[in-house]
Amino acid sequence: MIAIADNDELQQLYRETILDHARNPRNFQRLSKATHSAEGINPLCGDKLHLYFVVDANEMVIEAGFEGSGCAISMASASLLTETVSNLSVAEADACFVSVTGRLTQQTGDGEASTRVDLSKLKALDGVRAHPSRVKCATLAWHALHAALTQSQTSATTE
Amino acid sequence: MNQPQATETNDIAYCRSDFPALDQEVNGHPLVYLDSAASAQQPATVIDAIARYQREDHANVHRGVHTLSHRATELYEGARDKLCRFINASSRAEIIHTSGTTESINLVAQSYCRPMLQAGDQVLITWLEHHSNIVPWQLVCEQTGAELIVAPINDRGEVELDELRALMTDRVKLLGIGHVSNALGTINPLHEIIADAKQRGITVLVDGAQAVPHMNVDVQALGCDFYAFSSHKMIGPTGAGVLWGREALLEAMPPYKGGGDMILEVSFEHTVFNELPYKFEAGTPNISGTIGLGAAVDYLQSVGMHNIYQHEKALHSYMVSKLEAIDGLYLIGTAKNQASVQSFRLNDIHPHDLGTILDHQGVAVRTGHHCAMPVMQRFGLPGTTRASLGLYNNADDVDQLLVALEKARQVFA
Repeated sequence: MIAIADNDELQQLYRETILDHARNPRNFQRLSKATHSAEGINPLCGDKLHLYFVVDANEMVIEAGFEGSGCAISMASASLLTETVSNLSVAEADACFVSVTGRLTQQTGDGEASTRVDLSKLKALDGVRAHPSRVKCATLAWHALHAALTQSQTSATTE
Repeated sequence: MNQPQATETNDIAYCRSDFPALDQEVNGHPLVYLDSAASAQQPATVIDAIARYQREDHANVHRGVHTLSHRATELYEGARDKLCRFINASSRAEIIHTSGTTESINLVAQSYCRPMLQAGDQVLITWLEHHSNIVPWQLVCEQTGAELIVAPINDRGEVELDELRALMTDRVKLLGIGHVSNALGTINPLHEIIADAKQRGITVLVDGAQAVPHMNVDVQALGCDFYAFSSHKMIGPTGAGVLWGREALLEAMPPYKGGGDMILEVSFEHTVFNELPYKFEAGTPNISGTIGLGAAVDYLQSVGMHNIYQHEKALHSYMVSKLEAIDGLYLIGTAKNQASVQSFRLNDIHPHDLGTILDHQGVAVRTGHHCAMPVMQRFGLPGTTRASLGLYNNADDVDQLLVALEKARQVFA
């Protein structure tokens, strides 16, 4: 017998949006024209994502893509990321790293973000807050985003 | 303290209630603990032995003339005697207390291999090994110019014996091999493998971390040269373990670490090292952990290693028969001779998602690469879900696992 409360808690983590993006990741492709890219590795889990971004002369992210493998949370998070940062400026996109990682690692608070940036879809990731061991799955792609856009490194980890 | 050797008095069917941690609810469900291969739960006798030492007998060992130091030393050395009998070592001098299997293997790599290996020599391991039986050899090979070579495994997760034998050339100075694979549960045919290696003059170290808690281990009957294992896999506390080695080999080896307790006499010009086993036990050891390990040996012997083996074997067979019947579930590791460890995949659900869903239903399993990344690469997987059984598990635990897996199928339907 599975208790109702238990179902609810699981549903908070594996929301329909998460399962949808995990099953059918958006922008799941290597971008040969990428100007910025970085790998995200979670050594404990073996999750490995590679993110690609095309940034134009106006410092706008005009395309985002990713490839790799990981759990449903990390794949969905990367998929949502590619949708979120497309058509943002590099500064706005990088600000999402701070917003999202802050939002997921703190028990409360919605993080700060530019008003132009719609982070509402990312609420789907909020379920990980109750699962400390899974927060890194959700933040992995965002660490890679930050690494790619700041070019500080070509490989990011959540460690 | 010379306690009489334990006799089999605990009935395995009732031993579960001796493990306090198993009696709790996790996420609203009774805990189903299927992660003993990562770390086994401890019986009250182990917990109490440690607490009693901490409360009443704590002092440093081998140092003081006072009563507490004497008591602590008796308990600490008493654990060595228990371990000596438990694995049938020929002498207590052969039982080195370490922090666990990892330190035991590093000790052999640095103290036995490093002075002896030369460029062109080889260290032989298998694809089944845990990282702790890979990385210490890699390090010593880098230090000496020796080469690490690896015997392959088949699709069932068994070492390819013909290929292993073919690799046993004159160049190989040491074979490092697991007794039981932590990721796949494979029980290696050690008698045969060790006989082949010894015939070729190869020193053999056995990583016994996953064997000692589950079956009778007799190091003399095995014929190996070193045998390493950990307390916390065998219902003892963390941070303690054993290196067993042949006395003649240990005698010839230089100390691994320097410090107090491993010396007889120190001046700034020269140090006279202590005799075995103390030569390898520098500094204040993990006294409470070792006492706990001694209590764990008592408990295992009171149940009986043969009873434990039979119980786990029957339960593993039951679990496998049930898992095999699940549509979309496939087993990873199907060796003919397998211990109570079972890795598997369910549909294309990532092991971490599966692990989270099982945890929600109180079922604790290990997910991921199990510190055996080469094994995962061999099967082309980032990881597996692993259910591992201990003496305290029963058919209800397996049934709860099945219920939880069905739930996972629904979530990811």
